[in-house]
Amino acid sequence: MHTLEREPAGTASGAGYCRDFTPGLLDPARKTPALVTGPNGKAADKRFNVYRNNVTVSLINALAAVYPAVMRITGEPFFRAMARFHVRETPPTSPLLFEYGRDFPDFIERYEYAQSMPWLADVARIERGWLDAYHAADAAALSPTELAAVPPDRLGDLVFEAHPATRILHSGYPAVTIFSVNRASDPVGPIETTVAESALVTRPMLEVEVRRLAPGVGLFLGGLMAGETMASAAAAAGEANADFDLAAAIRVMLEAGAFAAIRRGE
Amino acid sequence: MSMKSSINSAMLAGAVAAAMSSLAVAAPLSQAEVKAAMDAGKEKCYGVAMKGQNDCAAGPGTTCQATSTVDYQGNAWKFVDSGTCTTMQLPGGRTGSLEPLSRDIPS
Amino acid sequence: MPVLAIHTQSRVSGDLRFPAHRIEGLAGTSFKHEHLSSILVDEEQNRGFFEVHAENYMGAGGAPHAALTRIREDHPVSLHGVCMSIGGPQPLDKTHLARFAALVERYEPQLVSEHLAWSTHSTTYYNDLLPLPYTEATLQRVAEHIDEVQEIIRRPLLLENPSTYLLFRESTMSETAFIREIVKRTGCGLLLDVNNVFVSATNHGFSALDYLADYPLDHVGEIHLAGHAAQEDDEGDLLLIDSHDGPVADAVWKLFEIVIGRCGPIPTLVEWDSAIPEWPVLKAEAKAAQAILDRHAAAFRRERLNAHA
Repeated sequence: MHTLEREPAGTASGAGYCRDFTPGLLDPARKTPALVTGPNGKAADKRFNVYRNNVTVSLINALAAVYPAVMRITGEPFFRAMARFHVRETPPTSPLLFEYGRDFPDFIERYEYAQSMPWLADVARIERGWLDAYHAADAAALSPTELAAVPPDRLGDLVFEAHPATRILHSGYPAVTIFSVNRASDPVGPIETTVAESALVTRPMLEVEVRRLAPGVGLFLGGLMAGETMASAAAAAGEANADFDLAAAIRVMLEAGAFAAIRRGE
Repeated sequence: MSMKSSINSAMLAGAVAAAMSSLAVAAPLSQAEVKAAMDAGKEKCYGVAMKGQNDCAAGPGTTCQATSTVDYQGNAWKFVDSGTCTTMQLPGGRTGSLEPLSRDIPS
Repeated sequence: MPVLAIHTQSRVSGDLRFPAHRIEGLAGTSFKHEHLSSILVDEEQNRGFFEVHAENYMGAGGAPHAALTRIREDHPVSLHGVCMSIGGPQPLDKTHLARFAALVERYEPQLVSEHLAWSTHSTTYYNDLLPLPYTEATLQRVAEHIDEVQEIIRRPLLLENPSTYLLFRESTMSETAFIREIVKRTGCGLLLDVNNVFVSATNHGFSALDYLADYPLDHVGEIHLAGHAAQEDDEGDLLLIDSHDGPVADAVWKLFEIVIGRCGPIPTLVEWDSAIPEWPVLKAEAKAAQAILDRHAAAFRRERLNAHA
C-alpha cells in the first residue's frame, strides 16, 4: 500500500519540482528538466545552466575559501578541478557553508592526481582545523597565574579543560611547515625538512594561531585534552620521546591559550 | 613502572616555574580595550587582517547572488601545473612536482 | 501610506542590549568584514545601516560575532537569511529555524528578511536560490512556511522577490499575484529587490513597470539594489545574471526612483557580494541611494504639509 506521508516530492500536490530540478544541478550530463522553459516557448538549456553554474561555482568557491593553502600548493586550475569532483560527489548537507568541506581532506587523500603530494590532505586538515577554531565558542584562556598558584603537591593531579577552539593535528609529514609557508604571502622556497609534525591550533582571543609543536608536546597536550592528569600526560610524553621538554610544553600551552580551566583530578 | 612515578611534584613544579619565567603572554584585553583597539583600526584585534586566509571566515561566500563565472564543465579537464608544490622537497627525497597530465579524465 | 509594523521590537521587557537605532529612510550596504576597520575609522558621519547574511553568524563565537556586535552598537542592522528554503515543499529545518530566531533575539535587527526560493532538497543543500512554480499548491506551502518563521521570530518577515532565469510550465499565476496572495495570507512584509525585478523582466520579456504596478508596494519594508552581469540565452538574446559584483545599473536606479516616488523613503540596501570594492566605492553607492531617499523624503513632507493646510 502506498501512503503519501513524509513524501512531499513527487506527490500530486505539485511538489515534484525539486525532485525534477535537482539531479541536473550536480550532473552536467543530464538534460535540462522537462518541467522548465524559457518565456514564449524559448529554450531553457542555458537558463538552467545558470543554476547549474551557481551551485557548482559557489561550492567550489566555498572550498577555495576554506582551503587557500591547498589551492596555493596545487594551483587554482588543479584545485578547482579537484574541488569540482568533490562537490559533485559530496554536496553539502548543512546550509552553513563554513561546515562544508569536512570530508575534503579525506577526498584529497584518495584523489588520484594528488597522490604525488601525500602530505596535502594533512595540510587540508590543518586548514579545516583553522576554520573550526575561528568559529568556535568564545572562552577566556587559562591565565598563567592561575596555574602558578597551584601548590606543587597538587600539580600532578591537575586536569585541564580544553579551550573550545583548541585542536591538535598530527601529520606524518612536515604539514605544519607546508601549511605555514603557503598561508603567508611570501614566495615559497624549497622545504628541506622531512620530519613528521604536529600542529596546535588555538584561538585565545579572536585570532587563530597555528603552532608547530616540538617532539612529544603534541602527545602531552593531546593527553591533557583527553582528560589525563598532568603527571600522567607528562610521563607518557617523556616515555615516548626522550627530547620532551616539559617546561617548554607548559609555556607553549599557556602562550597559545590551549586550555580554558584547570581542576583537581579525581 | 607506573607512568606517574616517573614524574614527581618537584619536576612538575620546576617545569611550571620555568615556563612562567620565560612566558611572554600579554594579559587578555578587557572588553573596553578590545573595542578601543578595534576603533583605532587595529585589524589584528578582529582577526580579519590575514588577507587570503579567512575571506571564508565569516562563513565562506554564503551566496544569495548568482555567479557570472561560467562552469559548464563536465568531468573532463586538464592539469595546469601552476602551484607552489614543485618547490617542495618531499620526505624520502621525492620531489613534490605535479606531473602535468595531458590526458583528460573520462567523465 | 500604510505603515507596516516591522520595526516594533518583540521583546516584552523593552530591555534592549543594543541601541534602538532608527532605520527609516536610510540607505545601507552589505557588511563585509574586510571593510570593518575602514568603517570604524571613517571620519565622515555615516548613519547608514548594514545588512548581514544570517548564516555567516551561525557559528558559535569568534570574530564574526565580535565584528557584528561592534557594528550593531553604532548602526541599524538588517538580518538577511539566504537559505531557509521557504519555497521548497519539504518542512523547514527546525534546527536552522532555531538558529535564525536566536540571531534575531541576540542582535535585535531592525529588519529581518528571507527569500521566495528554495535551496535544500531532501538532505542536500545546493547553495543557490532556486526557483519554484507559482501554483495554488506552492502558495499554500510557502504561506505555511512563512507563518512558521514569523511564529518563531515573533515578528513579521520581509519576503524577497527572486531573480529568475527560467519558468515552470506548471505555473498558474504570475509572481506578483503569488506575492500579493502570500502577503494577504501571512501578513508578512516585502523586501523589493529592484534589481531582481529588472533582471527577471529582461530574462522573461515582461515590463518591469508592469510588474511594479501589479506588486503590492504598500507592504514593502526594504529595498535591495545590486549590480548584474550579462550573458546570452539559447537564442542569443540578453540573459541577465543577478551577480552582485558591480555598481547598480542606470536602469535599476531609474526604477528605484519610481518606486520611492510612489512609496516614499524606504530603507534601501546596496548589495555587493563578489568582486567587492574598497569601502569608499561601496559607500558612494549607498550615498547615491541616500540622496534619492532624502529628496523624496522632503517631497513627501511637503505633500503632507499641503494636505494639512
